[in-house]
Amino acid sequence: MTAPPLLDMRGITKVFGEAKANDGIDLVVRPGDVLGLLGENGAGKTTLMNVLFGTYHADAGEIFIAGKPVRIRNSADALSHGIGMVHQHFHLAPRLSVLENLLIGQKGRRLVLDRGRALERLDDIRRDFGLWLEPHRMVSSLSVGEQQRLEIVKALYRGARLLILDEPTAVLTPAEAEGLFAAMRAMSEQGFGIVFISHKLAEVRAVATRCVVLRHGQVAGSIERPGEATNAEIARMMCGRDITPPERRAVALHGPVLELSRVSTRPRGGAGLDDVSLTVRGGEILGIAGVSGNGQRALADLVSGMLAATGGEIRLAGEPLRRAAPAEAQRLGLGRIPEDRMKTGLVTGMSVADNMILSRLADAPFSRRGWISPKAIRAFASERIEAFDIRCPGPEARAGMLSGGNLQKILLARELAHDPIALVAAQPTRGLDIGATQFVHDRFLEMRDRGRGILLISEDLEELMALSDRIAVMYGGRIVGEMPTTEATIERVGLLMAGAETGRGRA
Amino acid sequence: MGFRLEPRISTPAWLNVALSLAAVLAALVLCAGLIALAGANVIGAYAIMFESAFGDVYALTETLVKATPLVLTGLAVAVAFRAKFWNIGAEGQLLAGAVVGCWVGGFPHVPGPIAIALMLIAGAAGGALAALVPALLRVRLKVDDVVSSLLINSIVYYAMMALIEGPWKDRMSGYPNSPPIQDAANFPILMEGTRLHLGVVFAALAVPLVWLLMRRTTLGFAINAVGENAEASAYGGIRVDRVLLTAAAISGGLAGLAGICEVGGIHFQVMGEISTGYGYTGIVIAMLARLNPLGVIPAAVFFAAVMTGAEAMSRATGVPVFLAQVIQGTALITMLVALLFTAYRIRRTGGPAGVRAT
Repeated sequence: MTAPPLLDMRGITKVFGEAKANDGIDLVVRPGDVLGLLGENGAGKTTLMNVLFGTYHADAGEIFIAGKPVRIRNSADALSHGIGMVHQHFHLAPRLSVLENLLIGQKGRRLVLDRGRALERLDDIRRDFGLWLEPHRMVSSLSVGEQQRLEIVKALYRGARLLILDEPTAVLTPAEAEGLFAAMRAMSEQGFGIVFISHKLAEVRAVATRCVVLRHGQVAGSIERPGEATNAEIARMMCGRDITPPERRAVALHGPVLELSRVSTRPRGGAGLDDVSLTVRGGEILGIAGVSGNGQRALADLVSGMLAATGGEIRLAGEPLRRAAPAEAQRLGLGRIPEDRMKTGLVTGMSVADNMILSRLADAPFSRRGWISPKAIRAFASERIEAFDIRCPGPEARAGMLSGGNLQKILLARELAHDPIALVAAQPTRGLDIGATQFVHDRFLEMRDRGRGILLISEDLEELMALSDRIAVMYGGRIVGEMPTTEATIERVGLLMAGAETGRGRA
Repeated sequence: MGFRLEPRISTPAWLNVALSLAAVLAALVLCAGLIALAGANVIGAYAIMFESAFGDVYALTETLVKATPLVLTGLAVAVAFRAKFWNIGAEGQLLAGAVVGCWVGGFPHVPGPIAIALMLIAGAAGGALAALVPALLRVRLKVDDVVSSLLINSIVYYAMMALIEGPWKDRMSGYPNSPPIQDAANFPILMEGTRLHLGVVFAALAVPLVWLLMRRTTLGFAINAVGENAEASAYGGIRVDRVLLTAAAISGGLAGLAGICEVGGIHFQVMGEISTGYGYTGIVIAMLARLNPLGVIPAAVFFAAVMTGAEAMSRATGVPVFLAQVIQGTALITMLVALLFTAYRIRRTGGPAGVRAT
C-alpha cells in the first residue's frame, strides 16, 4: 500500500464561454514529487491553479487531498489543506521584519504573538531545508531572491505540505536558482510535494522528478524522467510541433545607431546609471545581463526618453537625444519594448487597435487636424494583427483580454511598424511561452540582419547567449564587463552579475 | 449550497443597459418601504410621481429645465473622471461660471445674441479657471485632486456670498443678490407659458459634442488613454500633464456653462441658492451614465423627474419630499452594485457538477 497522493485533481473542466480552458485534466502529486507543470501560455496552467486555489469554481471534476475529497473556496482554505503557493508577485509587507511577516495573517485567538515559537520554527525550517533568513531584517532590505525565499518559508511556516511555485526562477541569478533547487530537493526528500511551473526547459529537466505537459486545456502528455528527455522532445509536446532554435547569420556591421557616453541618472527601480558608456551598431544585438535592480530599468527608461540623464550624452542614429521625451526618442527612430508590457507598454483597458496606434496617434492617416479616423486605425490594426499572427477576437477586442504572448506581439507590431533604426527591448520574453518567445527572437534577428541595432536587456542568460553578438554585464548601475558572446560562458557572466571582482576594477 | 462571484471574461453590450435599468428599478423597489411607512399607496405614489414629471407638456418642460444643469455637470464630471482627474469641484466651477457670466451679462447696451454668447464664454472660462486650480496643484505639486477640488467648492461659495452680500449686492433689493443681468441677455423662452429656455438647447447640444470629443478626436483618445493608464500613455508619447489640464479645463468649462444656464435662463442674477448641489449631483449622474456622455441624458432626466415628481407626490400623498434624495442616493448604490455584475458573474456552488463538499 502506498500513501495516498498529496493532491489528486480528477477530470477538472472549466469553461469560459465557448472556450474550454481546462478540459478533463488529471493531475497527481505524490509525496516527494517535484512535478514540472509545462505548457504554452493559454494551455490552462493558470486556470488549473486558480481552480485549485478556489479563484474559479470548476464546472466538473473533483479535488482530493490526502485521499479525501475537498472543497476549496479561497487560498486560506487551500492553506488549511496544506497547499501553499509562491506567486511571481510577492505578497509581503515591506515595512515589517521577516519574523513579523511570518506572524501576520496567523490564525488564532491569542492577542499576544508568540515570537519565541516562531523563531524556533524558523530554525527548524533552516535545518530541514537549508532556507535561512535573518528574522529581524526588514523585508524592504531583502533582495528579490531573498523575498522569494521568505515566501517559501512563509508557506512552510504555515504548514504547507505541497508548494506551488509559479515561475520562481524568472527573478533569480543562476546561483540563486541553484540554491532554490537545492531547497526543492530537500523538501522532496522529506516527502513534501512541489508543483514547479516554468518555461525554462533546462531547469525543469534539472530539478523535476516528473513532468506534465498541458496543451489546449488538456494533458498533452507526461514525462517520467525529465532529466533524460531532450528540450526538443518536451518542446514538441508543448507546442505540438517542432521548435527550431534561432539561426544567426553573419552580417556586416554598420555605424553606431545608439551611443551612450558617460551617462548617469538618478535611481530608478533599483540602481541608477553610474557613468555608463556603450555603443550599439547597426547589424548587432548588444545584450545587457544583470540581476534585476542593477540599473537595467534606468538604462531602458533613459533610452526610451522616460528618464532624464543627470550627466553624459545619448545619441540615436547619430543625433543627440536632447529632451527626455518618448516622442523625441521615437522621432529619432527608436523602437521600444518596455519591461512591463501591462503597465508601461499597453493600455489594457483600451482596444487592440487603439494600442496599435498609441504611439502614433498624431500621425496621418490615424488622425488629421485632431480628428481621429477609426477606419484607418482599424484597417492598420487588422493588417498588423494578420502580419504578426495576433490571436484576438478582432481589432476592437479589449487588449487586457489577451494572453501575455499576444500582448507582446501587439507591442512588437506597433514598435516595429515604422522600421526603427534601433530597438531597446527590456525582458522581451519574460513570461512568454516557447512559441511566442521564438516569434520575438525571430523578429529581433530579422531586424539585426537588416542592419538595425538592438539593445537587449534580459535576465535570461540563455536568451542573451542565443541572440546577442556582444554581452555587457551591469552591476550597481555600472557596466562591469563586456565581451563578445563567443567568449561568454554562463559561469563568467554569472560571476560578473554577482558583483565579483573583474579585471576592469571593483564593481 | 452557496453563491460566489467569479470574474467575467467579457461583458455583453445589452447587459450594460439592462443593468442600469435594473438598478433604477431596484432603487424604486427599495424606497417603496419608506412610502409605505408614510402611509401612502406605493403604486399610487409612484404613479403620481411619474405623471407629474412626464404627464403633460408643462410637466415635461419642467423636468427638462431641471435636467439642464444636471446634464452639463454630469458631462463635466464624466470628462474629468475619464482622465482620472477626480473633479469633485463641479459645484464650485458652476458657481464660478455663474458669477463671471452674470457679471458679463450685466454689461449695458450689448445686443442680445452677443450678450448671450459673451455670457457663455465668460461662464465657461470662469468654470475652467476654477477647475485648473486643483488640476495644476495635482500636476505640479502632486496635491490630491479629490481633496483640493472639494475644498475649492467652499472657497468659491463663500467668496460668492461675500460678493453678493457686499460690493456686488443689488442695491435695489433687500436680499443678498447680485444685480440682474441685462434684459437682452435673458435666455429666450422656447415655448410660451413654460420655463423651457435656450439653455436646454445648449445642454442638449453639449451631449453629442462631448461624445464626439471623446470618441472622435485625438484629445478624447488621449483623455481616455491617460485615464486608463497614464504611464503607458506617457510611454506612447502622450503628454500626460497637458492632457490632464485640458480635461480639467473642459470639465470646469462645462460646469461653468451649467451655472450660466441657471443665471441666463432661470434666475437672471446670482444668489445664494443658485445651485442646489447640481455639481455634486453631477458626480452621481456621471456614475449612473458610466461616464458615457450619451448616458448622461437619461441619468439627468431620471434625477430631474424624481425631483419634480417627488414634490407633487409629497403634496398629494403627504410622503415627505426628501424621498427624492433617498431615491437618488439609493439609485447610486444600486448602480454601483450593478457595476459589480458587469465585471463578475454569480455562480452557485455545490451544484451537481461542482467539486464535492467535504
